[in-house]
Amino acid sequence: MSAERVTTVVVGAGHAGLAASRFLTGRSIDHVVLERGEVANSWRRERWDSLRLLTPNWLNRLPGLPYTGPDPDGYLTSGEVVSLVEHFAAVNRAPVRTGTELTSLSRTDDGYHLVTGAGEIHARSVVLASGACNVPVTPAFAAAVPSPVRQLTPFTYRNPGQVPAGGVLVVGASATGVQIAAELQRSGRQVILSTGEHVRLPRLHRDRDVLWWMDASGVWDQRYDEVDDLTRARRLPSPQLVGGPKRETLDLNALTELGVELVGRWAAVRQESALFSGGLRNVCALADLKMNRLLTGFNQWAGITSPAEEIAPTRVPARTRLKLDLSSGEIGTIIWATGFRPDYRWLGVPVLDEKGRLRHEGGVVADSPGLYALGLPLLRRRRSTFLNGIEDDARFVVDHLAGRLPGGSEPAGRQ
Amino acid sequence: MTTIDNGVNVQALLDAREVLKGAPEAAQFTWRANSKWTKGVHSTTTIEKFFGLGQEQTHKNETEFASDHPAVFAAEDNGITPIEYLLVGLAGCLTAGVASVAQNRGIQLRSVEATVEGNHDIRGILGADSDVRNGYNDIKVTFHIDADASKEEIEALVAQSQKRSAVFDALTNPTDVTVEVA
Ligand SMILES: Cc1cc2nc3c(=O)[nH]c(=O)nc-3n(C[C@H](O)[C@H](O)[C@H](O)COP(=O)(O)OP(=O)(O)OC[C@H]3O[C@@H](n4cnc5c(N)ncnc54)[C@H](O)[C@@H]3O)c2cc1C
Repeated sequence: MSAERVTTVVVGAGHAGLAASRFLTGRSIDHVVLERGEVANSWRRERWDSLRLLTPNWLNRLPGLPYTGPDPDGYLTSGEVVSLVEHFAAVNRAPVRTGTELTSLSRTDDGYHLVTGAGEIHARSVVLASGACNVPVTPAFAAAVPSPVRQLTPFTYRNPGQVPAGGVLVVGASATGVQIAAELQRSGRQVILSTGEHVRLPRLHRDRDVLWWMDASGVWDQRYDEVDDLTRARRLPSPQLVGGPKRETLDLNALTELGVELVGRWAAVRQESALFSGGLRNVCALADLKMNRLLTGFNQWAGITSPAEEIAPTRVPARTRLKLDLSSGEIGTIIWATGFRPDYRWLGVPVLDEKGRLRHEGGVVADSPGLYALGLPLLRRRRSTFLNGIEDDARFVVDHLAGRLPGGSEPAGRQ
Repeated sequence: MTTIDNGVNVQALLDAREVLKGAPEAAQFTWRANSKWTKGVHSTTTIEKFFGLGQEQTHKNETEFASDHPAVFAAEDNGITPIEYLLVGLAGCLTAGVASVAQNRGIQLRSVEATVEGNHDIRGILGADSDVRNGYNDIKVTFHIDADASKEEIEALVAQSQKRSAVFDALTNPTDVTVEVA
């Protein structure tokens, strides 16, 4: 069967795939970007209604697109991110094929064979930019939750109006969990938040966005090969941050103030009851210590010795519930904010580790020449986890990719 | 780095971590205890063998533990109460953790003392009030640590030790327990 031949296929038209396309175009490498849905599909279909980025506008700089609007310290809604990513695709004239799903990727002697919903393609190299958050992760014991309790994930949750009356158990206290917990509690539900290890951050530190400090102080520049425990760092939950006009802090103390009840990590279901860990105090202590170390580091970096505003330690209730009867009707809905994972069902190249994670060296899949990845957490630097990190990552990956093509690799005229 | 010594071979532990990452079978341990009733509520438990790293292992010595109940329980007090053994386990585990983490972080310890208090409403085990649980209501551990480190560093040691503690996990999270008659 005759397959279409292109030099490079990019999988996914999120900002990551589009950034790869920009640099490929810059080097005149012929390529296509396959997208199963539309450009910025995840921002159109996989986000709840009220979501705003937790990164401020000035920090969402994409290659060639610095923020020039009137509100550098604001935070985009999902709809605005769609516009941003669409604009990015348009200015780069990215050769995107929408509605084209990749269903299988395998190796050939001289590259890769791709099967899509719209035909087969042969490519010398492939950039996987299909996203790090394709599937919400839920624990196995979710299956043991009695059926009258409705279960939602961040992909199926849209807004409080959709949640039946009654209590809500939100599981997970990273950005997703704290944001949804706050919104539901404000809507009048009683929310219980099950909290394991988490990353606590104030929205502002010394009147600047805490992410300004991450960026400016060099924390976000830390490279993957400089990080002590890379596996752990790549699994780090997202920080307890929310974007909003008031630039509020949304840590556990703020949630407690709203009336959210904190319980420990959900460990098991037994006889229709949820059993929570009694270790909440320690995960809070760990998060407080870590936050304080980080902020102290910022002060040292800035050479500031005057004391910063003290942040109160996380107030852990004297007693937290260890058990919750799920059949009592107290809880009508569970929202699993327990993280996401990529979906590699179509990947026919043996480059996943025992946990199903892609093995790569800073975006280069060393075990399979010509295969690359973008858009994974801490791909090359801490900033890789965020929109902001894509410029350097995509440039590096495309440089590497170009270097392997016959005839080498001089960048075509830069704009 | 200055050489500090808390007597923990951290390198061996770090090496083991690397090896076991790729060999999950070898990481499966089974700890065993054998007990024998003496009389009344007094029993003796011995511990000697365990399984790990793919084979049978033996402690240097067999150890005997007497369990009994104090006189206020109308018993002879030939040994500590079984539930007190949980405190022994927790103190031992957290203290080992503090020493290991300190070694790994280059912190010299001079003394580490812990007081562990478990609050127990015995109406549960007596069946006097069905709303009261049998086990501890809560446990409080207080560490006194003298080390070449700041207060924050010491707090971080203790927090990290809990994070990696087998007994802390066993007490704070449910465990599936099967009891059979052979
Ligand atoms: C809830 C949430 C909030 C976030 N908030 C922020 C934030 O505030 N700031 C920030 O900087 N980052 C944030 N991120 C992280 C990151 O910026 C986003 O996940 C972003 O969408 C990643 O972009 P991407 O291009 O790597 O992947 P995606 O945007 O997921 O794009 C991947 C594309 O690949 C397509 N695709 C997947 N599989 C196939 C296939 N087999 N065939 C064809 N196409 C396929 C998808 O349809 C999708 O369009 C957030 C992430 C999540 C999940």
